[in-house]
Amino acid sequence: MSVNEVQDTIIEEFSAFEDWMDKYDLLIDFGKELHEIDPLFKVHDYLIDGCQSKVWLHPEFNGNKIKFTADSDALITRGLVALLIKVLTDRTPDEIISADLYFIDKIGLKQNLSPTRSNGLLSMIRQMKLYAMAYKAKIQK
Amino acid sequence: MPAVWLNAVICKTVKSISEIRADFPILGRKIYDKPLVYFDNSATTQKPLSVINAVNEVFTTYNSNIHRGVHALSDQASEKYEDAREKVRSFINAEGKEEIIFTTGTTSSINGIAFSFGERYIKTGDEVIISHLEHHSNIVPWQMMCERKGAKLRVIPINDAGEILFDEYLKLLSPKTKIVAVTQVSNALGTILPIKKIIDTAHSMNIPVLIDGAQGIQHGLVDVIEMDCDFYAFSGHKIYAPTGIGVLYGKTKWLSKLPPYQGGGDMVANVTFEKTTYNELPFKFEAGTTNFAGAIGLGAAIDYVKSIGLRDIEKREQELLSYATERLSAIKELKIYGISNRKIPVISFLLENIHQYDTGMVLDKLGIAVRTGTHCAQPIMERLGIEGTVRASMCFYNTMEEIDTLGTGIEKVVKMFSK
Repeated sequence: MSVNEVQDTIIEEFSAFEDWMDKYDLLIDFGKELHEIDPLFKVHDYLIDGCQSKVWLHPEFNGNKIKFTADSDALITRGLVALLIKVLTDRTPDEIISADLYFIDKIGLKQNLSPTRSNGLLSMIRQMKLYAMAYKAKIQK
Repeated sequence: MPAVWLNAVICKTVKSISEIRADFPILGRKIYDKPLVYFDNSATTQKPLSVINAVNEVFTTYNSNIHRGVHALSDQASEKYEDAREKVRSFINAEGKEEIIFTTGTTSSINGIAFSFGERYIKTGDEVIISHLEHHSNIVPWQMMCERKGAKLRVIPINDAGEILFDEYLKLLSPKTKIVAVTQVSNALGTILPIKKIIDTAHSMNIPVLIDGAQGIQHGLVDVIEMDCDFYAFSGHKIYAPTGIGVLYGKTKWLSKLPPYQGGGDMVANVTFEKTTYNELPFKFEAGTTNFAGAIGLGAAIDYVKSIGLRDIEKREQELLSYATERLSAIKELKIYGISNRKIPVISFLLENIHQYDTGMVLDKLGIAVRTGTHCAQPIMERLGIEGTVRASMCFYNTMEEIDTLGTGIEKVVKMFSK
């Protein structure tokens, strides 16, 4: 599935719920499905400090695609992290760099990406794109 | 006169809670279609109509720069500004108006004193005492000054209940101590500090004391003469006034000796390129155009608070605190941080195995505004071995029903995250 196809399935899943509590329940469930990050990477070097909640992000590049693993200490953030991973993992650097993450707005969670929320999510997206740019530069060398 | 009549004469017309709430337009708002429950009063308080109207009146009828004009509007604005200063003076019972300096808030008041006092009195090897309960605003300015001057910051430790250890404070005091700067009330835990004892002890060694009143001014009577503090700092927005206005109170004997910390217009008597002489107090410390509209708003807020009565506010808030403590303690997964028996109506808490951010996010969707995180007081969190809390901070316009809504909301959170 393409980046946008994955986003569209997420939007569809969330569209079934009107109530915020149900949306959060679904997010928490997504968080539970998140593959555990190797404890080796749950260290300061991979920490995106969001002040309010922490996010750990680890990239692995096989020369073609980047695989991300991640975690967060807050469950709602962890759910959002899981969604971002679902959309952006196993993608080429170009796919990640050019990804337009419209699903966050469509499922009504845009406010969680405001810089003032300081939950690490905005920095996580930036960091994913930075890794993609760095790996792209590496291949081009 | 029969006692009942006497009471009626002494007591102002006591407003009912619904009348009080009607004074604050924002309290009628709905958030996500639910009635707003505003429990973030330690961060900022809501504004009564009388304050909103006072500020509105400045800009619709007499806005003009103060202290400078020869025209009617400027006279009127200056007069209202000075009236506001008098209102502040009388509210905290300072001796003279020259002891009341308008600033932009507690932070700028403390920064100003840390700078000026440091320049005038601190040298290498001297010490400044603060407590472990301080907000970053009463840590960083002193730290910056200590670094500049080669002085040392000493910290009064606390116990697990969130109270300062007074005996440890006594041990820290020495001839090296040049100033003590402590908060009146902990913003993160709500603990009321024994400031009178702290001040009296410091004074017995001729050490001046600054009190950070950001969380104290709105919850009880403040009398700077009785308290005998040398400096007192507070923000308007914590006492139902607009943001961007604050007060620095200082005893004349100190303020007259301290150098100004900002240069500019209005704070000078005479300027040549060779030498500038400074204006008299309080103007020496009010460089540039001050937030006069905010000051006038603060004056209106003081009038409002006085009309309700500080003693009534304190009584009502203590009732809210004791009900909230009882209601929330009944939730077995909930742990309260800060359990001193002298507190303002603040409940700082965590739910077992649930991140404070998750709790806050869900409460928000239920229309309940709380704060989560370290509350700009990281050292306390570190001391308590936690990364943050959820803080529900109340004030006199809150209700018991709102506490019930919070209780039910927290129970929902527990259920949601323990699945």
